[in-house]
Amino acid sequence: MVSQLTRNERQLALVILSALALCGLAMAAIGRDDLIGGHGAFILLASLGMGFVVTSGYYHAEPSDERLAHYYDDPSKVGIVLAMIWVVFGLFIGDWVAWLLVYPEMTFDGGWASFGRLRPIHTTAVIFGFGGNALIATSFHVLQRTSRARLPDQLSPWFVLLGYNLFCLLAVTGYSMGLTQSKEYAEPEWYADIWLVIVWVTYFVLYLRTLARRKEPHIYVANWYYMAFILVVAVLHIVNNLAVPVSIAHAKSYSLFSGVQDAMTQWWYGHNAVAFFLTAGFLGMMYYYLPKKAGRPIFSYRMSIISFWGITFMYMWAGSHHLHYTALPQWVQTLGVTFSVMLLVPSWASAGNALLTLNGAWHKVRDDATLRFMMVAAIFYGLSTFEGSFMAIRPVNALSHYTDWTVGHVHAGALGWVALITFGSFYSVVPWLWKRERMYSAKLVELHFWLALAGTIIYVFAMWNSGIIQGLMWRTYNDSGTLAYSFVDSLIAMRPYYIARAIGGLLFLIGAAVGFYNIWMTARGALEESPTNADRPAAVPVAARTIEAGE
Amino acid sequence: MDIDHNIAVVVAKSFGLFYLIALSIGVLVYVYWPSNGKRFDDAAKNVIHDEDAPWH
Repeated sequence: MVSQLTRNERQLALVILSALALCGLAMAAIGRDDLIGGHGAFILLASLGMGFVVTSGYYHAEPSDERLAHYYDDPSKVGIVLAMIWVVFGLFIGDWVAWLLVYPEMTFDGGWASFGRLRPIHTTAVIFGFGGNALIATSFHVLQRTSRARLPDQLSPWFVLLGYNLFCLLAVTGYSMGLTQSKEYAEPEWYADIWLVIVWVTYFVLYLRTLARRKEPHIYVANWYYMAFILVVAVLHIVNNLAVPVSIAHAKSYSLFSGVQDAMTQWWYGHNAVAFFLTAGFLGMMYYYLPKKAGRPIFSYRMSIISFWGITFMYMWAGSHHLHYTALPQWVQTLGVTFSVMLLVPSWASAGNALLTLNGAWHKVRDDATLRFMMVAAIFYGLSTFEGSFMAIRPVNALSHYTDWTVGHVHAGALGWVALITFGSFYSVVPWLWKRERMYSAKLVELHFWLALAGTIIYVFAMWNSGIIQGLMWRTYNDSGTLAYSFVDSLIAMRPYYIARAIGGLLFLIGAAVGFYNIWMTARGALEESPTNADRPAAVPVAARTIEAGE
Repeated sequence: MDIDHNIAVVVAKSFGLFYLIALSIGVLVYVYWPSNGKRFDDAAKNVIHDEDAPWH
């Protein structure tokens, strides 16, 4: 990796790492009486470790100019492997907390193993660790191909990728120590947030620099989606995390907002995190890898542009549907409902566009699990966006809110759409990146597909049942006008569904582990079995051929 | 200047509506502008072709 950097880039890398090490040292020294000190030491060690890597490769020969005739794919390769590590870890923690709801005493009497700390570790590991690394890795790949231009330098993609993973590590280690600013999906404290801003701005600038070098005049629609993802996530992250630390030596901070403004800002952030992190970026993936893998251009390029602007402008106003029946003014809630319902149009336009692209290539979908991953992802995208619009309607929300229905909805989107489109894209791009003929094992891709699909369906059905029963029990009154069921009654009724959900999650986790193994073996260059439909003559044993040659 | 609740309501209920209508019309005009058609078709087809290396 270091040998691919020019001499200037190696020097710059050392400067950045020294600055980072000094920041870590300062945090460790000033914050030695606080948890921030531990994170300072962690940053110091991480930057010293990277510094050691760069120094040991410092005197390697510089890369030749021949490199400029190729795309720069190594950051994408590392990003894919990191994404697979994060997904196995994140799903493992997710299944752990799922079992924790079945056996609540399973906390080993330790704060770190409580639901409140493990749950954000799960969400951060899967959304940011897996999703984020997958988006960064594929965006570099798609950006270069569609622009017909190489990334402008070798250092900034590594800074973005590794800097982002440092943020994810600070986040999950912080939660286990009890550090959180209590904003859902924005739990990390102020110093981690500042670091992410630096990394994210570098990411956006890198994207623009590459686009500025493009040889293809038209910017392909996938890049629009990726750019919306990068730009809007920067805006959301900065605004929602505006906070004042109690002191420079403490991890704790207080938000700039309070009361209902705080709630609205948080859910403006929260819903747009779904929109731009978990949707826009992954639509970018879909609009490139699905046509490419199917060998057919997208059904309607026009429709993809209309969906893009629809999604970009309508999602911004939908966040208030998270705050129905609260202190938030009624008209703001109604605004959220209206935009949530309208969002069905661009969402279904994208889902339909994907399925219509496959129309005429169904034989490929039948034979190729990779394409099937993407097809099922498009179906789940259509289903969960419909469900989301429906749940945003105030009377429906009265039943669904605070119940497991919401959890089911989120996982229909996160497992069915986000994870499946990512696995489909990975199985497409991994053989291309590592210059392999195909994945190590087509059978394992098939196995992964069925495990993932079965796991998602079990999970989602369990939570639908659980959520609706929960919602109904909470609103059932008896003849004397008081609630018929206590909260504990509803918990007991949930138990079978919690067991089912944990089993569904376990299937999904096993599938991801199989996928990681398959990607790892492909990267190592192994091929398991010869293709079953190989259109070539049967191999002649080497010994037989030598005898023939001797005659 | 104080932006109070009343101002936010007025802006949302007046300017907000027309700005979104204008935006929708703008996007539709761009998408269906006849001379853009070929560019869109080319863009959709071009990504399918194999590209092994950047263009120079």
